Amino acid sequence: MSWRSNASLANLQAGARLRRAIRQWMDAEQILEVCTPVLSRYATTDPHVHSVVTTTGHFLHTSPEFAMKRLLAVHAESDTATAPDLYQLAPVFRAEESGRFHNSEFTLLEWYRLGMNHLDLMRDVERLLKHLWKAFFLPWPGICVCRYGVAIHERLGLWPEQLSVEAIEHYFERAQKPFPNAMGQDLDAALDLFMDEFVLPDFSSQSFTILTDYPVSQAALARLGEDVDGRQIAQRFEVYFGQVELANGFHELKDGDTQRQRFENDLVRRRELDEPIVPMDERFLEALAAGLPDCAGIALGLERLHMVLGKHDHIDQVLSFNHARA
Amino acid sequence: MCSAGAARVRHESNESATIVSQDSYNAAPAALERRHQTIEIPMANYGTNEFKGGLKIMLDGDPHSIVSNEFVKPGKGQAFTRTRVRNLKTGRVVERTFKSGESVESADVMDTSMQYLYSDGEYWHFMNPETFEQLAADKTAVGDAHLWLMDEAVCEVTLYNGQPLAVTAPNFVEMTIKETDPGLRGDTATGGTKPAHMETGAVVKVPLFIEEGEKIKIDTRSGEYVSRVK
Repeated sequence: MSWRSNASLANLQAGARLRRAIRQWMDAEQILEVCTPVLSRYATTDPHVHSVVTTTGHFLHTSPEFAMKRLLAVHAESDTATAPDLYQLAPVFRAEESGRFHNSEFTLLEWYRLGMNHLDLMRDVERLLKHLWKAFFLPWPGICVCRYGVAIHERLGLWPEQLSVEAIEHYFERAQKPFPNAMGQDLDAALDLFMDEFVLPDFSSQSFTILTDYPVSQAALARLGEDVDGRQIAQRFEVYFGQVELANGFHELKDGDTQRQRFENDLVRRRELDEPIVPMDERFLEALAAGLPDCAGIALGLERLHMVLGKHDHIDQVLSFNHARA
Repeated sequence: MCSAGAARVRHESNESATIVSQDSYNAAPAALERRHQTIEIPMANYGTNEFKGGLKIMLDGDPHSIVSNEFVKPGKGQAFTRTRVRNLKTGRVVERTFKSGESVESADVMDTSMQYLYSDGEYWHFMNPETFEQLAADKTAVGDAHLWLMDEAVCEVTLYNGQPLAVTAPNFVEMTIKETDPGLRGDTATGGTKPAHMETGAVVKVPLFIEEGEKIKIDTRSGEYVSRVK
């Protein structure tokens, strides 16, 4: 058992510098810093994100998204002209996540931009990252864009929604890569593994890649729309550095009924997967009903960004104390 | 058998092994009743969140040992555990990927220190120095370790369901040279080597100054000469 810290002093100093540089950019952009509760009576319904439950029956939040969107709705209700963009550096908690790039407790930098869509937000992230690379005296590594459906189509000859688990399994077999026995008929899970095994390794290892235009089945809290070829997609993107996933951005869904339907679908899926049935955030749904302004929002993993900046290969190197030593 | 306090360990009674006393031929009916009490030994299952290097699991009917494992999860997607596993019967290392939450049966594999006794040509016999229990390992289990097996050498014997699966010789052994070319006296500097035949049949490269009948120390992992034993 060790009482000592995981991160070196140099890495703790770099972490402080990173947070300072972020706040500097947010201030310059006039984005308001907020703090929202870590404990909530509601939980995320996402079937693959596991909340930590407390003895009081509350859940530790897995992202500050619901509370921040409630604030956006409140401000828009009173005066749209003066409503500020919002950001937060929030500790978040996800049970059962542990590994080289995962710690059960980590920090999300989450921010919302009023009037932006996902395409505007991509440029916004790029501007923040450029500012940070400059603050660390690093040359800008560049950024490219990869479309989810196109990446799948190039390799499998079909669009994501036309695929079956069997077709993906067959591809794994031909490539002599292991495919889990327990995949069942979970097409999205099979797509996740396909991306990880065959698409991400082709991303440039020393620069950023934005993966965008997700399949409709993976829309989560993003709006649906059309890509440049007129195919229906989710207006959602993720930012990678090499193969490391850094951020997840949405053109935020405003329609409360659709959102409720997606939560309910999540709960059905949870029941199938034998995952706990959690209470969906009714206050968030009420806020959507009252009216969320047009906006785009993104969550960025702070520790992973620190890892990339410092070329660290394990998240423990940037954590004062990892989950095992907490 | 499996780590305490783990959230996803499942002890399922329908997967339990049942042991019934065999020695009941001459027993009176009442005693027979008593002797027929069954003992439930639960088979443990491991969830993917318990995976770690060295864990012994059953895959495709063979015992495997986890060499390495990595947690893979897209922010909004399904989590997987990617592993490299060694088949303990064949020694082959393969990749396997599991969906998070999947559980696999533990393999009843354990490493125990045993003393080598003798070989009858077909089997190599070992004894547990604490219980004096004896076991015989066949050629497949012993493998190349037979080259280093000397009387009373303490070996690591890997048992699967109580039977020897693999034998690992001690890291260092001391053996007497049975046969080698005559030594070049005084030549301790040129660094040349010559083959030397050991009593067990092993052939080790030794420095030129080593003589027949001398005792030497050998690293069994590389099969290399370490030093002269005086």
